[in-house]
Amino acid sequence: MAGASNENLQTTPLNDTHIAWGGRMVGFAGFSMPVQYKGVIAEHEQTRSSASLFDVSHMGQVIVTGPDHETTAQALESLMPGDLVGLNPGEMRYTLLLNDQGGIEDDLIVTRPIEEGTDGVLMIVFNAGRKDHDVAILREKLDPSIKVETFWDKALMALQGPKAASVLARYCDLPTKLSFMNAAATKIEGMDVYVSRSGYTGEDGFELSVEAKDAVKLAQLLVGNDEVEPAGLGARDSLRLEAGLCLYGHDMDDHRDPISAGLIFAIGKGRRVEGGFPGASTIQKIIKDGATQKRAGVRFEGRMPVREGAEIVDADGNKIGVVTSGTFGPTIGAPVAFAYVPADLAKLGTELTAIVRGKPVKGVVEKLPFTPANYVRL
Amino acid sequence: MSNTHYTEDHEYIAVDGNTGTVGISDYAQNQLGDVVFVDVPEVGAKFSKGDEVAVVESVKAASEIYAPVSGTVIAVNEKLADEPGLVNSSPAGDGWFFKIEIDDAGDLEGLMSEDAYKAHTA
Repeated sequence: MAGASNENLQTTPLNDTHIAWGGRMVGFAGFSMPVQYKGVIAEHEQTRSSASLFDVSHMGQVIVTGPDHETTAQALESLMPGDLVGLNPGEMRYTLLLNDQGGIEDDLIVTRPIEEGTDGVLMIVFNAGRKDHDVAILREKLDPSIKVETFWDKALMALQGPKAASVLARYCDLPTKLSFMNAAATKIEGMDVYVSRSGYTGEDGFELSVEAKDAVKLAQLLVGNDEVEPAGLGARDSLRLEAGLCLYGHDMDDHRDPISAGLIFAIGKGRRVEGGFPGASTIQKIIKDGATQKRAGVRFEGRMPVREGAEIVDADGNKIGVVTSGTFGPTIGAPVAFAYVPADLAKLGTELTAIVRGKPVKGVVEKLPFTPANYVRL
Repeated sequence: MSNTHYTEDHEYIAVDGNTGTVGISDYAQNQLGDVVFVDVPEVGAKFSKGDEVAVVESVKAASEIYAPVSGTVIAVNEKLADEPGLVNSSPAGDGWFFKIEIDDAGDLEGLMSEDAYKAHTA
């Protein structure tokens, strides 16, 4: 139970603030990040019932600029299967960076800014552990006329929960204007903040991008509201799992395809037919023939967490699948997990058996998300 | 009368005669965070000092609990099945894991006293 070594870890602009707030710092994707403050379950429940502030500054903010929207969007569409040309100003879209085998190099969000003078600009947020790798791919594959700029020093924080909108409404009018997966620039107490109505908890909420110099001020301002408490990576993980959301490197990776992962929504409807993205023929074949394995949401009996790496076995004890994420779901009140299993066993209601420390644990395939999504669409 | 001994792995054994009550220290529960499940041994099971005897699961991770002495399990804390959070709220009290009949009191030598353990975790 030794504490994580903080040697050689990068820090976010909120590092001192986390420590002042009692954050327990651990290494994650090369960054020193708070895994919890008061406790994972308390922070999880705070997010579901009120609001929490998460530091996600370790994630990679990138701006891609071309001569006009269509050119930039088409360039990115050569690497990603989302309908990016069809993004309206102010809209954002979840999609994937794919390889030629149809495997997932990263999952990400692309935003088309609505502000004047931003034609040809698309903003991307990549996963922390993949951002350098992703930017290298963009710079290698995109035409040199498409500029790829990294903003690794910028801060990003997520205000999440049913009270996030009423809190943010004290500082700007965007909660009454932005629908889920829309974004806009605003000023909060003189600070330039780029606000999106998004997040990864299954709750309503916002992500706020600010210059590093303003990060502490904005974080303290938000946490200064009675409804808001800071929350760490531990709660972020149990929240996203209950919300049915995949974590890169666990529930998807460079040899898992989007269809098996249950991420077909990250592929534009027209693009499923037209292709034109890496691995398109492989993915189109999987769409047509069906995936052999699928990610299933499984709720287990009892209270014992069934974690990543646990085997799913058939009646004879033969391994037929594997758990890729699993924990005790505080809102569900039971162990919940994602497991890759043969497609015919991924159907709702299928009974599955996992092995934990040599003992069988029974579970049932449930509809995802485990907890209802509370996204707000205006 | 406190007669509690600690292991380097943060288990405690509170000794009364030739019976020991085993759990994890306050330091350990704080490091683990919210406990959501404890896999306790079966009554009657025999263990040698150092054997893996139980598992405590927090939201974050599973941690093995090792037998601080050799002996036979004579009782387990049934309350933990429904209230694993007792390990956090009362590690030395209602959050105990199991009671063990100690084979050889000599096993207790080499464990840490309360003061030595405090220094160890300071």
